[in-house]
Amino acid sequence: MQAESVKRRGIPVRIFTEPRIDVPKWLPITVSVGAIVLALLASTLVLRFAGESHPFRAYSSIAKELFGSWGGISDILVQATPLILVGLACSVAFSMRLWNIGAEGQFFIGAFAASAIVLTPIVPPDAPRWVFLPVMLLAGFIGGALWGFVPGFLKAKFNINEVITTLMLNYIAVEWNNYFIFGVWSEGGFQMSPRFPKAAWLPRLADYAREIPQFSGITIHLGLLIGPIAAIIVWYIIYRSRWGYEIRLAGDNPKAARYAGTPIVRNIILAMMLSGGLAGIAGMAQIGGVVRRLQGSISPGYGFTGIIIAWLAKLNPFVVIIVSILFGTLTLAGREIGRAGLSMLIQGIILFALIASEFLLRYRVRIERV
Amino acid sequence: MDWIVILHAGIASGTVLLYATVGEVLTERSGILNLGVEGMMLMGAMGAYWMVVNYGNPWLGLLVAMLLAGLLALLHGLVSIHLQADQVVSGLSLTFLATGLSLVFGEGLSKAGAVALLPRITIPLLSQIPLIGPIMFTNQSIMVYLGYLLAPAVWYFINYTRPGMHLKAVGEYPAAADTMGVNVYRVRYQYTFIGGMLAGLAGATISLAVSPGWFSHLTTSGQGWIAIGLTIFAQWDPLRAAGGSFAFGALRRLILDLQGPTTLLGLRNPFFYNPYWGFFLKMIPYAFTIVVLAVGSREAVRKRLGAPAALGIPYQRGQRGL
Repeated sequence: MQAESVKRRGIPVRIFTEPRIDVPKWLPITVSVGAIVLALLASTLVLRFAGESHPFRAYSSIAKELFGSWGGISDILVQATPLILVGLACSVAFSMRLWNIGAEGQFFIGAFAASAIVLTPIVPPDAPRWVFLPVMLLAGFIGGALWGFVPGFLKAKFNINEVITTLMLNYIAVEWNNYFIFGVWSEGGFQMSPRFPKAAWLPRLADYAREIPQFSGITIHLGLLIGPIAAIIVWYIIYRSRWGYEIRLAGDNPKAARYAGTPIVRNIILAMMLSGGLAGIAGMAQIGGVVRRLQGSISPGYGFTGIIIAWLAKLNPFVVIIVSILFGTLTLAGREIGRAGLSMLIQGIILFALIASEFLLRYRVRIERV
Repeated sequence: MDWIVILHAGIASGTVLLYATVGEVLTERSGILNLGVEGMMLMGAMGAYWMVVNYGNPWLGLLVAMLLAGLLALLHGLVSIHLQADQVVSGLSLTFLATGLSLVFGEGLSKAGAVALLPRITIPLLSQIPLIGPIMFTNQSIMVYLGYLLAPAVWYFINYTRPGMHLKAVGEYPAAADTMGVNVYRVRYQYTFIGGMLAGLAGATISLAVSPGWFSHLTTSGQGWIAIGLTIFAQWDPLRAAGGSFAFGALRRLILDLQGPTTLLGLRNPFFYNPYWGFFLKMIPYAFTIVVLAVGSREAVRKRLGAPAALGIPYQRGQRGL
């Protein structure tokens, strides 16, 4: 491999790049953190342009509000709950280099399926909680998995680009839900379903405030536990099971996977279904734990944030949890500043900074005087 | 329902897709996959409308839309050409970034009220042709006519000119193009920029001509993604891209009009009596995109056509392989 040089007239330095043979251990984490810090600074600059006169003052007041009380921290964890699950969903698909951009739609269909259990009603309304919640969880998983099956099947059988199909299915999922929100389940003409019976709510810490007064106002719900459990299961499947090995092999080296005789068609479909199912559970957790009814605005784009979380976590299920908490904070901060699109903007800059900086992991850059 | 009205409006709304799709065809022909079309279109729509609201000149709006979207595309170019990042992820970041930017800077634009729009023209003589005249050449926006010219021009450029051949070579076999003395990096930056500008133009066509105004992310409502699907359907051919775009435009328009009349083909119109069924109608363009992709992919397999061979693969000078 030869070193490449970029020479510019008039500039007395040369920039050399050469491929790295091995990457020092401290480098990846440094580069990732550096990219996030740079991205936040860049977003600050954009905010300044967009008419926010004191962005840093806004940051510090938000930080005080979010980290200064248990209520703030609980809000962050409530935001992180669906993010962990969609982050895991994207990690599973990305492990096989399947670009599932449809976690948002799978989230909506998961929420729909869990609502159908309550509102159709498939489980009688006076059933106890231990019947409701597992059935809703299962329905959410199956709904999301079905929504992942379609692009998985089309990709595996007909080699149809999954980026487009998953995205189109996002829009279809929104309209599907709208049909039920505006029509079938509409409560008194409002664009929302009736409230679920209490037994279909994921219990929150605040529900126990009578016994433990410290819990009052803490909205963390049972869904927060699903995330880490799912992370352990996903970690086991992807990194310890034979099937996970096939998935990762197909992602890293599709040719090798084919020559090794792994069932690629089946694996693509299964990976997309597992991915969709996890996103569906996120939808179930969100309506069971926070919204408690089916309505239009149940996601500020969780499914899309999941893509960035998976990428930032390098597809590691446990890192997904940490990154989700970071992004939960960002989502809340964006909401506090109150500019539509801001958290999307910040996420875009972070992802750009991150993939751009990964160049530093692959190449050593030297600057020399001529 | 008046078929002439539907097709007339369908041509106008298809023009939006035409610019975006032809732009993506050019970008992908150079081997760069840019999934940020939706974001760049939003940026173009917002930028153009912002200029008109603040300076009152729609032509300036077009220019700004093209520049903004083009610059964003260059960012994707830098990350995927020189920094050799994954182009799918880079394109998605571009979508996030551009959507976010357009929402942040577009705040308040939706209340702007009436503004100067791009002119509508009727072409003399051509508008007299029966059927085609009233649909294609009567009272259409100037952007529609530019679109008629753009698609064949790009088709001719790609297939019959020297720079067009270079473009194809860079997308199919960059190492060979490099050996011939074509600057692979420069060509890729150029067409990424041009593709971005056309996406910006598509956005501006929405906000200044087809459905004037700024409606935040609903302004494009997924048309950028449909354009990427159409690129695959069109087999990277600008003429097929134009045909697909107009067909899609007509379909989108037809769906809007399907809910109006009380009878449909002599029967009770179910969409009129059950307005909620309209949500299923709204799914059709998206579902149709999937169908179109399926058809396109099968045809590609049968005719042994396919994406430009180097699509999505970063080129490194002096390394083996594509």
